[in-house]
Amino acid sequence: MRVGRTHPVAIALVIFAAILMLLPLGWVLALSLKANAALLADTNSVFHAPYTLENYRILFGDGQVFRWIGNSLIVSLGMTAGVLVLSSLAGYGFARLEFPGRGALFVVVLLGLAVPEQAVIIARHQMFSAVSMHNTYIALMLPGMSAPFGVFLMTQYFKAIPRDIDEAAMLDGASRLRIFLRVLLPLTIPAQATLGIFTFLTAWNDYWWPLISATNKAMYTLTVGIASTQMNFAQTEGLGFLMAQAVFAGLPILIVYLFFQKYIVQAVAGAAGR
Amino acid sequence: MATAFSEPTAPIPAEPPKRRQAATWGNLLFVVPYLTVFAIMLVIPLGWGIWLSTTKGDLFGTDRWVGLANFIRLFRDPIFLETVWNTFYFVLLTVPALAAIGLALALVLNRQTRWAAVLRTIFFASTVLSVTVVTLVWRLVFLPDGGLLAVVTKALGGTPVAFLNDETLAMPAIAITTIWWCIGLPMVLFLAALQQVPRDLYEAAALDNASRWTTLTRITLPAIRRTFMLVLIIEIILQFQLFGQPQLMTLGGPNNATRPIVLFIYETGWRQWELGYASAAAQVLFVMILLAAMAQYRVSSRREET
Repeated sequence: MRVGRTHPVAIALVIFAAILMLLPLGWVLALSLKANAALLADTNSVFHAPYTLENYRILFGDGQVFRWIGNSLIVSLGMTAGVLVLSSLAGYGFARLEFPGRGALFVVVLLGLAVPEQAVIIARHQMFSAVSMHNTYIALMLPGMSAPFGVFLMTQYFKAIPRDIDEAAMLDGASRLRIFLRVLLPLTIPAQATLGIFTFLTAWNDYWWPLISATNKAMYTLTVGIASTQMNFAQTEGLGFLMAQAVFAGLPILIVYLFFQKYIVQAVAGAAGR
Repeated sequence: MATAFSEPTAPIPAEPPKRRQAATWGNLLFVVPYLTVFAIMLVIPLGWGIWLSTTKGDLFGTDRWVGLANFIRLFRDPIFLETVWNTFYFVLLTVPALAAIGLALALVLNRQTRWAAVLRTIFFASTVLSVTVVTLVWRLVFLPDGGLLAVVTKALGGTPVAFLNDETLAMPAIAITTIWWCIGLPMVLFLAALQQVPRDLYEAAALDNASRWTTLTRITLPAIRRTFMLVLIIEIILQFQLFGQPQLMTLGGPNNATRPIVLFIYETGWRQWELGYASAAAQVLFVMILLAAMAQYRVSSRREET
């Protein structure tokens, strides 16, 4: 689309802003490639050789980070799978089926959209304490599955699929569950992708709930693990090592973003714009 | 698919008779799994949280009902009032900037060139990082001794400033960090809105020899008015929930200058174990967010009408 030509000054400003956006990341990457001793002597040494992979060697030798990444993967994938299954079933139910109390239940679910995490987190914490379930994957995954957003999205999506499609299958005598699994579900793949990406990113980046629920170092997710190692970093000692951690924690998700950016941007725009 | 052997087209059948589906309890089974999780993880905790906010725990772990005492105490607690002020101040620093910069970026980058695509990627990329990585990066930028800003200041002949240790500069520093982190979402929302503006409006404007500025203020901005409201409200709701940045960058300091409501809830609840008091603060925040969410609902339902 071409709506007049953009002013060169505007383009220059945006390019300058883009450089500002990238600068902190470049700085961190450079620091992570410096020996800690050299940084202690002079942070300006960032701008010239020698560079080293020593910090990454220590990071990989540690092993703890891999445990945290593993936890983050289990929690994020588990939550995503849970949200997709629960939301698809409920979305189909609310969009297509008649049952007692349907309207009222759907309104209650929609009202849930307005409840922020802060309003429920203390009681949630007490509930998991009461059944001694903190520091388990279930405790880390389950709260995220209650978010009403997925149900809302899937209900809208199922409503938009023409009714003739499943009515034809119903005339053939297929069962409800079969129609759902074989006929309708394959049609919702774009919505599943949107919801899946959105849930995965949210789960991967979640900080508050894992911080409260996972108190055992072995159950930390990556966000909490990285946070726990940043606490004593006023001393420049270990700066390069910390930055190697930041690069290691940030880079995989940035690479995933570069591959899937079209879908991620669509998912985020679609999710927020509704 | 037409083949040589295809049968002559059958007459289009009349609409199949509308069969009114019977409301059955069996159909409920599809929504029961979600509703169970929803009830256990959201409805019950919400009710319990509201009840907790009217109680005070004692040393034996039993809760005593104290009515509205927690709320009265909150509104007399200078630290809580300061966190409310800090939260509003932070929202004021970030939300207008996010909306304005997001819109400016979208206006410049709304074109199908390779360069625009690369720049869009750059501006959205930081959004996928977790708050822990973002704060790690930015603490290092603001580090008075050897941080990125300090190095640049020194190179320009100035004296480095300890942003995060300065009462007046700490919150703006957290705001800058947040804008860097969150700018992708408003940009993407505005880009999506700009794609929806009917092209013939622009063609008509071009025929009238309208200037760039007239086109922007008379056509583009009115057309994306609702998205603008939506961005404002979404960002207000999001930024009201500020927590990770100050918790990881300043611990709420110096002298409470960067302590937001959520950090107050966290520390009251999990550092001092005053769960009733923390719950009361959480309910105050809930009401604030609810008001913003109601505004969002009004805006988005008005959008569907037209």
